[in-house]
Amino acid sequence: MTDVAYYPGCSLHGTSREFDESLRAVAAELGIGLTEIDDWNCCGASSGHTTDHLLGVALPARNLALAEAQGYDTVVAPCAACYNRLSAARLALATEDGLAEQMPEIIGHRFANSVDVHNAVELLRDASVTIEEKVADTLAPNPLEGVKLAAYYGCLLVRPFEVCGYDDPEQPTSMDEVINACGADDVDWDMKVECCGGAFSVSRTASVLRLGRAIIENARSHGAEAIIVACPLCHSNLDLRQKAMAQRGEEPMPILFVTQMVGLALGLAPVDLGLSRHFVDTEPLIARLVQRAADRVVAEKLAKEEAAAKAAARAEKQKVGAAAASGGAQGGEAP
Amino acid sequence: MSRVGVFVCHCGENIARTVDCEAVVEALKDHPGVAFAEDYKYMCSDPGQQLVKKAIEENDLTGVVVAACSPHMHEKTFRRACDQAGLNQYMCEMANVREHCSWIHEDRGEATAKAIDITRTIVEKVKHNKPLESIRIPVTKRALVIGGGIAGIQAALDIADGGHEVVLVEKEASIGGHMSQLSETFPTLDCSQCILTPRMVEAYQHPNIKLHTWSEVEKVDGYIGNFNVTIRKKARSVNEDLCNGCGDCQAACPAKRIPSEFEAGLGKRTAIYVPFPQAVPNIPVLDRQNCTLFKGRRKGLAKDVCGKCQEVCLKGAVDYDTEDTFIEEEIGAIVVATGFQLYNIGREQPEGLKGYGEYGYGEVPDVIDGLQFERLASASGPTDGAILRPSDGKEPKTVVFVHCVGSRDPEKGISYCSKICCMYNAKHAMLYKHKVHDGRAVAFYMDIRAGGKGYDEFSRRAIEEDGAEYIRGRVSRIFRDGDVVKVWGYDTLSGEQVVIDADMVVLATAMRPQDGVRELAQKLSVSTDEHGFINEAHPKLRPVETNTAGVFVAGACQAPRDIPEAVAMASATGAKVMSLFSADELEREPAVAIVNENTCIGCMNCAKVCAYGAIEQREICTVDGHVCGHVAYVNPGVCQGCGTCQAVCLSKSVELQTFTDEQIFSEINALCYWE
Repeated sequence: MTDVAYYPGCSLHGTSREFDESLRAVAAELGIGLTEIDDWNCCGASSGHTTDHLLGVALPARNLALAEAQGYDTVVAPCAACYNRLSAARLALATEDGLAEQMPEIIGHRFANSVDVHNAVELLRDASVTIEEKVADTLAPNPLEGVKLAAYYGCLLVRPFEVCGYDDPEQPTSMDEVINACGADDVDWDMKVECCGGAFSVSRTASVLRLGRAIIENARSHGAEAIIVACPLCHSNLDLRQKAMAQRGEEPMPILFVTQMVGLALGLAPVDLGLSRHFVDTEPLIARLVQRAADRVVAEKLAKEEAAAKAAARAEKQKVGAAAASGGAQGGEAP
Repeated sequence: MSRVGVFVCHCGENIARTVDCEAVVEALKDHPGVAFAEDYKYMCSDPGQQLVKKAIEENDLTGVVVAACSPHMHEKTFRRACDQAGLNQYMCEMANVREHCSWIHEDRGEATAKAIDITRTIVEKVKHNKPLESIRIPVTKRALVIGGGIAGIQAALDIADGGHEVVLVEKEASIGGHMSQLSETFPTLDCSQCILTPRMVEAYQHPNIKLHTWSEVEKVDGYIGNFNVTIRKKARSVNEDLCNGCGDCQAACPAKRIPSEFEAGLGKRTAIYVPFPQAVPNIPVLDRQNCTLFKGRRKGLAKDVCGKCQEVCLKGAVDYDTEDTFIEEEIGAIVVATGFQLYNIGREQPEGLKGYGEYGYGEVPDVIDGLQFERLASASGPTDGAILRPSDGKEPKTVVFVHCVGSRDPEKGISYCSKICCMYNAKHAMLYKHKVHDGRAVAFYMDIRAGGKGYDEFSRRAIEEDGAEYIRGRVSRIFRDGDVVKVWGYDTLSGEQVVIDADMVVLATAMRPQDGVRELAQKLSVSTDEHGFINEAHPKLRPVETNTAGVFVAGACQAPRDIPEAVAMASATGAKVMSLFSADELEREPAVAIVNENTCIGCMNCAKVCAYGAIEQREICTVDGHVCGHVAYVNPGVCQGCGTCQAVCLSKSVELQTFTDEQIFSEINALCYWE
C-alpha cells in the first residue's frame, strides 16, 4: 500500500467530480492510499501566475508545504493545470535565486521543496503491472479487451518539458501504456498533444468547436471507439461541444477519463466511476463493450468445447483403429 | 655576471600614451644585471633594430629584453636582430607592455608602475636564459588524405600535382563522397556528377596518388614530418588486381533487395555491389552482413548456400576467405577530410539529439530528407530524374520544403546553422518546378542565409522566376491524413496559421560530423568541438591547421561547408602541406620539455598527462648493456611546449627549456621583492 497526498484542486470538487470519484475508486482497488491535503488552496491557474510570478509560485508552494508538513513525499494532482502549476513552482523554487528564501514569510510555512508532484497518468503508469494483474484476476470478462482507444494528452500534461519531463513532449506514450495495461489497444494517431481550445470555451466557442472537431475526427479516422483524457478542461471541451456534430448526424465520441477506463477494466460499476455524469452518453458504448466481451467469452467457450470434442473424436478414432489393428492380428493368430 | 640590455618601445603613441617610457628606462637602468637601457619611438623599425644591435656590440650584452608588444608580433624580429649581432637568439625576450598594459589601462601612473614590473620580471628571467639551438627534424615528403569526398580529392590532387606522393584513404567502396549523390549544384545548377567524376578518375589514375578504398585509418604514431600510419583494408572479398569491373557478379547476386546507401534508401542494391555506375574504382565489394553465403556461414551451415558471384566471375576475382589486412605507411603530413552526415529523421537518435516527434520521426513515407530529394532529382537516381514520391510513385503536386530541421534548434541538440540548407532548398524548389510545371513548391524558413557569390540572386530566382512560395515560420506538425501529408505551420509575417495538404515533404536536416570522427581525432591527437567537428588551430588566422603540427583539416568535418568552401579549404591544406614539404628538414623553436635522466624516477606521470603523446618510456642500461631502469623521454618533434608534464613531475626532472622552474621563480621573485 503506497500512501500519497491528494491535491484535487477546484475541478475535481466541481465540474469534474467523476474524475475524483473514479480516481478514488481505482486507487482503492489498486491499493494506493489517497489522502486529501488538509486546508489546500487554489493552485493559481491561470489567473494567479498570469498576474504575478511570485503569486504564481507561492500559491502552489503553500499546498506543497502543507503536504510536506503532513508527512508526504508525493502529491498527486490529477488536473493537468494543477499538476503543471505545482511542478512549475517546484522548478522555479529550485532554480531561481532567492525565491525559496522568500517562501516561509509569504506562505507562513517552512518548505524544503521535497515533495514530488505526479499526475494521474504517471500514477497509473507506475502501477501498470498491478493493473495488469488485477485485470487478469477480475472475474467478469474485460470489456476493454482489444478495444481501440485514443490517448489524448493535450498541452499541460507533458509540456513544457522542463516542468513535466516524465514523457516525450511531442510523442508521449505514458497514457498508451496505461491503455495497454487495461488490455485495450492504443491508437497511433496524430493529435495526441494538439490544443483543445483550453479556457477559450466560453469566449471563443467557435475556435474550440473547430479544434475539438479536428481531434475527434482524427481519433475516429484511426479507428478509436473512445478518447481517453486526463485533464478536466480537455474533457469538458471535447465532451461538452459535440452537440453540433450530433446535429449533423455524426456519431458522438465518448470521452473517458483515464481513471474511468482503468475502473472499467477492473470491473467496477460505471455509476461508481461517474460515467453517468458525461454529456455524451457513455451507456451505449459500455453496453456495446460488455456485450462484445460476453460474446467473446461465449465464442471462446464454444471454440474450446468444439476443440475438445474434436480431440475426443480423434482419440476415439485412434483407439478404434488401434483396436482394429491389434484385433486383426489376434484374429490371425487365433485359428 | 649578466649584462642585460633593456629596450623600451613607444610604439608611436600606443605605449607612450599611457606608459611613461622614460620612467621605465630610469627604473630599469639601475636594476642589478642591467648594463644598458634605452627607449625609442619605433623599436621594430630599422633604426630601432640598429640601436639594439649596436648596444649588444658596444656593451657586450649577454641578454636582451624588448619592452614592447606581444611576442606573437615581433619576437622573431628582435631575435633575428640579436642573431645578426652575434648574440644567441634565445637570449632575447619580449616584455609585453602594450597588450598587457598600455592598451588596457587608463591611469598613466599605475600603468607605468605595471610596465616597470613586467619589464623587471622579464629581465630576471633573461638572466637565467641559456643559449639554445633550434631543433631540426627530417621530413617524409608523403601526405595522407583521410576521406575521399570532394575535399579529400582536391587536397590529394593539389599535393600530387605538386610532385609529392599522396595516400588517399576512403572508408566506402568508392571515392566521391556526398557530392557524387547530388543532382545539380547551386548557384549555377551544373550537374554534380559531370564536374566531379573527371576529378575522381584523375585522382585514381594519378601516378602520385595511392588510393585505398574500403579502408580506414587504424593507428597513427609519430609526429610532424614523421608519422607512421597503419591503414586497415577491410575485407573486400574481391581481388582488386584481378577484377575488371564487368559487373557479372552483381547481375548474378540473388540478394537484390538491400536498401542502397548511395540512393539514400530509395533504391535497392545487391549484396556484392558497386555503389553507383560511375564509382571509382569500379570494383565491387561484398557486403557480408547481407550476403546469403555469409548469412549461412554465420548460422553455422556446413555447406555454403550461395556462391553465384564466384561462379560467374571469369577472372576468378571473388574470394570469400579474404580478411582485413593492414598496411603501414610513412607519412609526413595528414589532411583530415572526413565530411559530414545528415541529422537522422528517424526515431533512433544518437546521444544528445532528440529527433522530431512532431514530424512523425519521418515515419510517413513521403517525408524525406534533402539527400533523398537529390536522388529523386538526379538523372541517375532511382526514378531516372522524375520527381515521384516514395509511397505510391505518383508525381507530387504540392511539395513542402522545411528549413532548419535540427539546425539552430538547441532544444533538439544542435545550435549551429548548417549553412547550406537555404541554398539547397532554393535549388530543390527550382528543380522541382522545372520538372513539375503545374506543381506548387512551398518553403517554410526562419530567415534566408544566402551569403556567397551569386547566392542571394539564386534564392531570389527560386521565388521570383520559378514561383516558389516562401513562408516565414516554423512547421509545428506533420502527419499523414489519408493520401496527403498534412503540414501545420505558422506564418509569422501575417500572423496566420497555415495548413497545407502536401503530397511530399522535404526536410532540410542539419549537417553533422561523420560517425567515428571523435575516435579518429583521438588517434590524430586533434580536438573536436561539442558537436564533434574538428577544431581548427585558429578560427581566423589558421583555419586549416589543427592544434597538432602536421595535421590539417578540410571540408565539412571542420564545420558545415558547401562545395566551393570545401574545395578552397582543401587547396589551402594542399598549399600548407607543400610548404611543409619544401624543405628537407623542419626547424622548430627549442620550446620543448627536456628530461633530466639523472633524477627521473620513471613514474611516467608526465606521459599520462601529455595531450600530444610526445612522451615515451626509455630503458637505461649499464655500461655492459644490462637494463637497470626506465626514464621518460620527450620527443622534441611532437612536444608542443605546453608545460603540463613539468607541472605534474614528482621529482622535478622535466622542464621546458624556455620556461625552467628557475626562470619562473625568478620572475615571481622580481614581482614580490623589488619595489
